[in-house]
Amino acid sequence: MSLKRSDVENIAHLARLAVNTSELDSVAGDLSTILHLVEQMNAVDTTGVIPMAHPLHMAQRLRPDVVNETDEREHFQSIAPATEMGLYLVPRVVE
Amino acid sequence: MHNKSIMALGAGLRAGDFSSVELTRAFLDRIAQYDGELNCFITLDPERALTSAAAADRLIRSGKAGPLAGIPIAHKDIFCTDGVKTSCGSRMLDNFIAPYDATVVSRLSEAGTVMLGKTNMDEFAMGSSNETSYYGVVRNPWDSSLVPGGSSGGSAASVAARLCVAATGTDTGGSIRQPAALCGITGLKPTYGRVSRYGMIAFASSLDQGGALTRSAEDAAVMLQAMAGFDHRDSTSAQEPVPDYSENLNAPLTGLKIGLPKEYFNEGLDGEVARSVELAVDEYRRLGAEAMEISLPNSELSVATYYVVAPAECSSNLSRFDGVRFGYRCQEPKDLEDLYKRSRSEGFGAEVKRRILIGTYALSAGYYDAYYLKAQQIRHLISDDFRRAFDKVDVIMGPTSPTTAFAIGEKADDPVTMYLSDIYTIAANLAGLPGISIPVRPVAGKPVGLQIIGNYFQEAKLLNVAHRLQQESDWHRALPTGY
Repeated sequence: MSLKRSDVENIAHLARLAVNTSELDSVAGDLSTILHLVEQMNAVDTTGVIPMAHPLHMAQRLRPDVVNETDEREHFQSIAPATEMGLYLVPRVVE
Repeated sequence: MHNKSIMALGAGLRAGDFSSVELTRAFLDRIAQYDGELNCFITLDPERALTSAAAADRLIRSGKAGPLAGIPIAHKDIFCTDGVKTSCGSRMLDNFIAPYDATVVSRLSEAGTVMLGKTNMDEFAMGSSNETSYYGVVRNPWDSSLVPGGSSGGSAASVAARLCVAATGTDTGGSIRQPAALCGITGLKPTYGRVSRYGMIAFASSLDQGGALTRSAEDAAVMLQAMAGFDHRDSTSAQEPVPDYSENLNAPLTGLKIGLPKEYFNEGLDGEVARSVELAVDEYRRLGAEAMEISLPNSELSVATYYVVAPAECSSNLSRFDGVRFGYRCQEPKDLEDLYKRSRSEGFGAEVKRRILIGTYALSAGYYDAYYLKAQQIRHLISDDFRRAFDKVDVIMGPTSPTTAFAIGEKADDPVTMYLSDIYTIAANLAGLPGISIPVRPVAGKPVGLQIIGNYFQEAKLLNVAHRLQQESDWHRALPTGY
């Protein structure tokens, strides 16, 4: 599978990454090379093979539904780029 | 002093031959002397190190100290350290002061270790040469024109150059074992889930596992003892009991069955590296082990499978870096989308972006079945190969890396060639199995690693097998000249 410039633009948008127009061809080339490597997988018939999501085949652990963490909002927000009154600030979203 | 084992240093500390403050100063002096060239450390905190050394000295005098009390170590900069910069080798986290300790860090700190600093690494652990770090390459102490391997390159090089006694690392596709091999030290990747992932910045959550880089298997046993165990803060932490990893280090290897996968001795393997591995296997035969050829027929698909699973999980994990809550934020974003896109594009390096894009593509509508689902199915086949092999053998041996350390820059512009550096290590991550790399006969003055893979939760067996070879040989005692 070879990716086109428009594919890269589309994937980059989904990933919220900006790719410069001047780099589109080289990124498309790199990604196509990796996809070519990955396509070795197509040589194997996997009909009926159960997908392995986790090495230990474990079930997700449950715990009692009780609060076990304390509120550390101020502590965690002290490293944020911009906050005000306990809220994270971003550029205006609604005009 | 800098060349002693954890056990010997611990004995010296407890006997009062030297203090942890003196030991810590000695290592800080070595770092000041050598790290300008090697670039193993991203962050050093001598003041904090000396404060914890003084605390360790008090603990030792109280008679309550364990084997790691007062021992100076380094943490890979992927582990969050409360109040200390935790960069993950990325511009994205260049300003990130972690607000809490990773479980690995808190456990080793409770054991009395002294943190000298945070080690350099490939950005977000994505790399096999330490060349993707925002903080520059790490140089291999055996030859400064060579890479140390990666992604735990700073940890490996600092242990090899004796700038710390031991270091932590993480291994998603070989990132402990491969740099350990290329730097001539011992690197242990435990079973998936053995060591808590809490506070260890996530790359590929179903593969990531923390472990130790040390000078010997004996030291690795002491480190793992402190690191291993259930942690309720990690949703995939194993609830298996933790055995005494040092207890059976000397157990005889008579009758040990070693499997040599024929796929690990293929045409991609350097002939002299293969010879070094064979010499080590011969040594095991002399110790009473029996070696036989086995087959892991699907292992040749490991790299292809990994480069779907790992990027897919990375694209999801790294979506948290959005320029809003912590980390890098671009200047003067014009709207929210611009904030996301520019913060991420300016904060991440080329390899990280490449993997996010591949992962995003593999998970996108219409491609999921062809890539991610297919990869998970092959992952099952790879895992089944190991299950069948461990019906017949106790451990699997082969090379850790197909070649010795390569030159800085040699593979940097060719992602796929770089990915193939991990061809022998990736399968153990896909299956979740423990593996260890130990130094064997060097080739042209460059270290070579023997990889030993064990069955689930058989770390004690791996350490026993590794330790016995280290009792019979001096390969792990070799020091790079000049250090």
